[in-house]
Amino acid sequence: MEKFNMQRQVSYMKNWLIEQGFLDEQFLQLEELQDDVNPNFVEEVVALYFKDSSRMMINIDAALERSPLDFSKLETFMHQFKGSSSSIGAKKVKNECSLFREYCEQGNKDGCLRTFQQVKKEHAILRKKLDSYFQLARQAGPLQAASRPM
Amino acid sequence: MDGFPAGLRVLVVDDDPTWIKILEKMLKKCSYEVTTCCKATDALNMLRERKDRFDIVISDVYMPDMDGFKLLEQVGLEMDLPVIMMSVDGETSRVMKGVQHGACDYLLKPIRMKELRNIWQHVYRKKINEVKEIESQDHESNEGTQITKKGLNDFEYDLLLCGSDLNSTKKRKELENEEHGDQDFSNNPGALKKARVVWSVDLHQKFVNAVNHIGFDKVGPKKILDLMNIPGLTRENVASHLQKYRLYLSRLQRQSESNTAFCGIKQSDFSSKDHPGKFGLQSSTITQHNSPNSFGYSSKISIVQDAVPEIHEDELKNMVSFLPITDTKNSIKDDVPVAQKFNTVPQQGVVLPFGGMISDDCTSFESTRSQQQSWSEESPVVQLMHHLKQDHELHLPLKGCPHPPLHGQKHHFQVDPVQTAASANSRTGSSQKAEQNIVNQQRFGEMPVSSATSSTKNQDVDRNCTNSWEYFQSLTSKSRSSSISSEDNLPLISLQSYGSFEDVPLDNVDLFYLSDSSTITDLQSYVYDGLRFDYDDQCDSMEYPVTEDVF
Repeated sequence: MEKFNMQRQVSYMKNWLIEQGFLDEQFLQLEELQDDVNPNFVEEVVALYFKDSSRMMINIDAALERSPLDFSKLETFMHQFKGSSSSIGAKKVKNECSLFREYCEQGNKDGCLRTFQQVKKEHAILRKKLDSYFQLARQAGPLQAASRPM
Repeated sequence: MDGFPAGLRVLVVDDDPTWIKILEKMLKKCSYEVTTCCKATDALNMLRERKDRFDIVISDVYMPDMDGFKLLEQVGLEMDLPVIMMSVDGETSRVMKGVQHGACDYLLKPIRMKELRNIWQHVYRKKINEVKEIESQDHESNEGTQITKKGLNDFEYDLLLCGSDLNSTKKRKELENEEHGDQDFSNNPGALKKARVVWSVDLHQKFVNAVNHIGFDKVGPKKILDLMNIPGLTRENVASHLQKYRLYLSRLQRQSESNTAFCGIKQSDFSSKDHPGKFGLQSSTITQHNSPNSFGYSSKISIVQDAVPEIHEDELKNMVSFLPITDTKNSIKDDVPVAQKFNTVPQQGVVLPFGGMISDDCTSFESTRSQQQSWSEESPVVQLMHHLKQDHELHLPLKGCPHPPLHGQKHHFQVDPVQTAASANSRTGSSQKAEQNIVNQQRFGEMPVSSATSSTKNQDVDRNCTNSWEYFQSLTSKSRSSSISSEDNLPLISLQSYGSFEDVPLDNVDLFYLSDSSTITDLQSYVYDGLRFDYDDQCDSMEYPVTEDVF
């Protein structure tokens, strides 16, 4: 029963994340890919994303410090970042990326700087939420298997 | 096709590690055989290593080491595999660009499983198209299009556009072993190769004859097709070829306009739109051959010995304008330095097309034509000149032209300069030079491709290549590349280099006929050095460009 409750909690949290726009359908797709062969697939992918995206953000930060701004380079960076974020369904992060790119196209330095702060913020928020989520999921354990100790 | 599409061999190229992981998982779930790659250059190497290792390629558009579109083009050119592009960017312009470059599909990230499940259709479609083409072909030996029912292997070789020695069984076997092994395409989708029309010298000659007969202004694919009367050749084949031809001619014209030493060419239609990535295709299958000539010169081209038909002194003058050997005109001198400077070959593996030399006074050519033997050395030139003759008053350098097999050729060549040049060569001491020139051309044809950006370079290149089909190809591709050269860095495609003129195997006619090494004159060495210089510098491991009409 306990496990069932926990698993329900996991479901709720996931749905909440989606409803709130933190995650989109892609996340569900990832979960569907998870199977016996890769039982922790989603978590692995998410971990990979955060690792890679952090690296990208450092590059973008560095690029934003240059003067004058190289907008086309920034746009390229952001395009990559956006693509990456789309892989796990990081919806809010993705949206901020799009906004950032718009400012790049306009050559709007302030807009870029502001938006990137937003990107970083959303990125951090999502990371925390997903950490909690996976913690919960691990506690709940796989549906069929016996629950694992914390 | 047991279990198809299960086991479909997919190569995924994406610099994003997260996506690589996801796509790999997704494709595995589709029961496909997945290979991942995060660098485009690695992917190309993998593809080149084993041409039939993959059935389909999925690649992201944005990659750090190479633009996805370029990879797309390369794969299409060299391996002719279906390529699917993907990107998080779904803007119409980008999708259009993907299609223009030859993508068979463009997926938007995030990609859904169901989209990946269906990618096998692209592989399947290509296969059935190939089968259709084969089945519609005449299985009789046909000039330039020897299609056998034996399998795509033979067919494909024969249809290769490059100047491979298609009639050399040795080569063919090499290719077979290399490319297809003993796979039966009916059982193994991976073995099914695309059957393309190879515009061999013969075929092109027929094409040119048809065009000239109809009248360049009134020409149209259907008319040409009817006139050519080649079983199995489709209107699309002809249309595509005509398009290239037009581009080539217009290119020549522009060249000649900027180079007053050469005659002017009638302005042809010129479309600078992007060709689908097939233009100036590089066929990896041809790489085995020493045939950089994209014009599919067949083995008919043989080494030109000293035996060159006689031409009259005055005819020699005609050649003067394009033979670097003669020093009566500046243009000739230009050729030499051009040769030296030649280092820009249109990309996409387009070998220098042959410039057709156009002149109207080669009449003696016909007589010699009948002498198959002696002609084998000249027909390419003749042919080149011929097809351009009517429409343009081109006096392009007589370069080694692919030599159309003179087996029962009925075409009436009115190309005179060629013959003139040829005979002049033999008659005068400049024959060697002429040959040399021709050889040079060939070498040019083999020059590695590099971004052709400078107009001067192009011009130089063009001038030297003008009489080669490859040149034609290069022109058309150049026209395209010049429009994109600024933005793209078309990958270097090194044509197979012979290293040195002497190394060219006698039985392998890549493009032009080679003169006997003993006839090499100063000029030759001069030119060759220049060629070698450029050539070696730009050589890389890429294969020859091969031009094919892919349908």
